[in-house]
Amino acid sequence: MAITNLEVGHKLPARTFGPLTRTDFVRYQGASGDFNPIHHDEEFARSAGFETVFSVGMLQAGLLATYCTDLLGPANVRRFKVQFREQVWPGDTLVAVGEVTAVYEADEEPRIDLDLTVTRDGGGVAITGLATFATDELGEDDD
Amino acid sequence: MVNHNAVGTHTPTFEMTVERGKIREFARATSSTEAAYLDDEDAVITPTFLTTVTFWQPPEAAALYKDLDIDGRRLLHGEQEYLFPGVPPRAGDRLHVTTAVEEIYEKEGKRGGSMTFVVTRTDFTDADGRVVAQARATAIETGRAPTTTEA
Repeated sequence: MAITNLEVGHKLPARTFGPLTRTDFVRYQGASGDFNPIHHDEEFARSAGFETVFSVGMLQAGLLATYCTDLLGPANVRRFKVQFREQVWPGDTLVAVGEVTAVYEADEEPRIDLDLTVTRDGGGVAITGLATFATDELGEDDD
Repeated sequence: MVNHNAVGTHTPTFEMTVERGKIREFARATSSTEAAYLDDEDAVITPTFLTTVTFWQPPEAAALYKDLDIDGRRLLHGEQEYLFPGVPPRAGDRLHVTTAVEEIYEKEGKRGGSMTFVVTRTDFTDADGRVVAQARATAIETGRAPTTTEA
């Protein structure tokens, strides 16, 4: 695991996802069970006033979650919250960043809070997020 | 037009089995290569995995969303939160699930016209009735098709 410096203000290394394709959207929809046609049916998307299909918000959220758990450990997540901002379109590359905002103990384990952001390359903010992770197993190799 | 009378209604409790293959599929769809998701017999779920609860909802549970009467063409996902009191559920766990409509409120958007916010909460409990995960979703019905949620 890459993260051992857990001070407030510590910035996690940025990670890039994409460019995202329609196939990525469809694969996520199959995995999640959200079959809203606005994410894969061009005709439906246009009839709703959009130029084309756009990504599932929860796909970006899932990528942001992957960013966190790859750095901080899958078993350590205690809270993960996202707010959806700009839509994400086919061809977008996403950049995830995070910063430690609090270091404390709760429920008898050391924890950190994180501020998270996913930005569209060449665009605006796609998602903002917050997360809490337990940190007592960090530094151990739990693969 | 969202049905405001839906506040306080909830689904019947139903069972969801956390499956290893589904965790693997979900992890792959969200670009993870973590062995803890892909290889472990008792793989832990990913932070947003419980969105797959839709596969387990009986028709009576889906009726909750039908009763809300949200227009799919103007539906946006505003916020989503997952809380885990301890280590998240693992493959093989059998969870008992209930979703309730917590709150419905209106807000004026800048470009999307009047927006209606619908907040639902889903509790996931284990066999002993202990809450092992909680999900809170905010859905938004916009006045017209917007380009951002402005939430």
